[in-house]
Amino acid sequence: MKNADYPRAQTEDERLLLLDSRTGNHRAGRLANLPDLLRPFDLLVMNDAATLPASLPLRLEDNSGDFELRLAGEGGDAITWWAVLFGPGDWHIPTEHRPTPPRVMAGDTLWVGPLSASVLEVSPMSSRLVRIRFQQDAEHLYRELYRLGRPVQYSYVRQDLDLWDVQTRYGARPWAVEMPSAGRPLTWDILARAQKNGVRLASLTHAAGLSATGDPVLDAALPLPERYDLPHQTVDAIAFARQQGGRVIAVGTSVVRALEGNALANGGCLRAGSGMVDLVLGPESSLRIVDGLLTGIHEPGTSHFALMEAFAPRARLEPALRYADGQGFLQHEFGDSMLILADVVTARQVKDEMRLASTCP
Amino acid sequence: MNLHGQGIVITGASKGLGKALAHELAGKGARLFLVARGEEDLNATVRSIRAAGGEAHGWAADVGDKTAVYPIAGAAHRALGHVDAVIHNASTLGPSPLRPLLDTDCEDLERAFAVNLIGPFRLSKAFAGPMALRGHGLIVHVTSDASVSAYANWGAYSASKAALDHLGRIWAAELDPFGVRVVSVDPGDMNTELHREAVPGDDSATLLDPEEVAERFVALLQSVLTVPNGARVSLSEWRAPRWTFGDALVMSTGRNRS
Repeated sequence: MKNADYPRAQTEDERLLLLDSRTGNHRAGRLANLPDLLRPFDLLVMNDAATLPASLPLRLEDNSGDFELRLAGEGGDAITWWAVLFGPGDWHIPTEHRPTPPRVMAGDTLWVGPLSASVLEVSPMSSRLVRIRFQQDAEHLYRELYRLGRPVQYSYVRQDLDLWDVQTRYGARPWAVEMPSAGRPLTWDILARAQKNGVRLASLTHAAGLSATGDPVLDAALPLPERYDLPHQTVDAIAFARQQGGRVIAVGTSVVRALEGNALANGGCLRAGSGMVDLVLGPESSLRIVDGLLTGIHEPGTSHFALMEAFAPRARLEPALRYADGQGFLQHEFGDSMLILADVVTARQVKDEMRLASTCP
Repeated sequence: MNLHGQGIVITGASKGLGKALAHELAGKGARLFLVARGEEDLNATVRSIRAAGGEAHGWAADVGDKTAVYPIAGAAHRALGHVDAVIHNASTLGPSPLRPLLDTDCEDLERAFAVNLIGPFRLSKAFAGPMALRGHGLIVHVTSDASVSAYANWGAYSASKAALDHLGRIWAAELDPFGVRVVSVDPGDMNTELHREAVPGDDSATLLDPEEVAERFVALLQSVLTVPNGARVSLSEWRAPRWTFGDALVMSTGRNRS
């Protein structure tokens, strides 16, 4: 599958692959057709996290080096972060070919421009993954992040990405360190037409993490635990959609993780509030909440593909993706989209729904 | 609109009307994110609001600068959680002293449009999306009588404010189905730096005091649901409704407010 190597201007003209998870039927269309594929009372749940400029210049305690630090996610409070260190070089080099970063230890000081941070711990999983605490307050920290930071860049993209290239059209709190990319092509024209057709919109905030670290061991462990915030309005909107026979459609894998992780932690019920999710979904996972998924084009072997297998078996995903490849679909952050939906509510979902209705407050 | 606990962004908040609005809104319990170019004046405003027990966060930036937009939006959402209202108050007069259009440099006209029109447009793009997704929000354009009256020598400023008024009406038409309201407010001639720059010889005794205007401005925001979406309100002509929307609700439901 070819990579999309730059954000395209007219996202509505981007391609959309529709897969019926029950029958395996698939066809190609345009993203502009999305509202026609949805029904009244369907609910689109979006991740409203804005994207931080999470790639920062790094120097060591002795002021040496021309390294890179990528924020991976908050690690306790606003000034404590998990971060991944990269050796010299920039985004033109794929992460897996970047030189090894310097080894740091707990107690070391790292410098990011005028900001200093002490290393609290080094992950046993990888010496590149560290938890750091900035010595400045949050206001100072964010001022410098926005001054010094760049969005995380991708080696397959042909030129530098600016901060506005990695935002969705509805981003709010800057929790994501890489763009929640499933929502990137959604225009307000598409959302307005969907809403006019009776589709409802809801949101949660999920701190989408890094997609690559340069360390195969760490890459295999992605996604790392990520924080999310589920508003009570969204819990209510999901209950209402189910009551009315609408489908809950997650825009992006981060939304699936947040909703399913929340339900799993609360005995199958959704409970509004903030939390961490470490749920990794795959072919064996059963979905309690989400009925459909709008996502990018993901090939077998990726964690995104494994999550898609919770929606449709590999035997239905693979032919659909082969078809998309033949149709010239593009993949990765700026690539085309895929909508996985069951046309009818399956027996398992009906069962879950009844259980949900009978046990959830 | 009950302002207590509402997250509000104000641009041009270090001086004049913006500063007066910040103090007035903080007094009503709003949580503020204040943007202005002058860091020193901005910090002073933030400090005095905090000293009075209010919540304010400062962010030094030029709203005419394209690269400032997502940092402002990100930092505001981080500080406030949700942004319920944005007040586009920052303005530039354009060339100073004022001059006829034939003597106005193209670059001066561009700068006036960058700050007074394109800056608010860019910022609204960054803030109105999450508002629409949540199903409510308020965008306020601070305008001027120069947007409707054709005063000689006010060309750059007037044209940019006239465009801003119309931008507000179009925002309202598009955002109304998503529960987001847009209103343009003409505060009247005030004793501010901008006015002194425009009309150096004007008698300040004939001008409105920004603090008094801010009081009326905030009263308008409190009853903004009584104003049609997209309306342009001249503050000197506006009268607070005898019944607020909340009162009407109480009357229609028969419930008492306590």
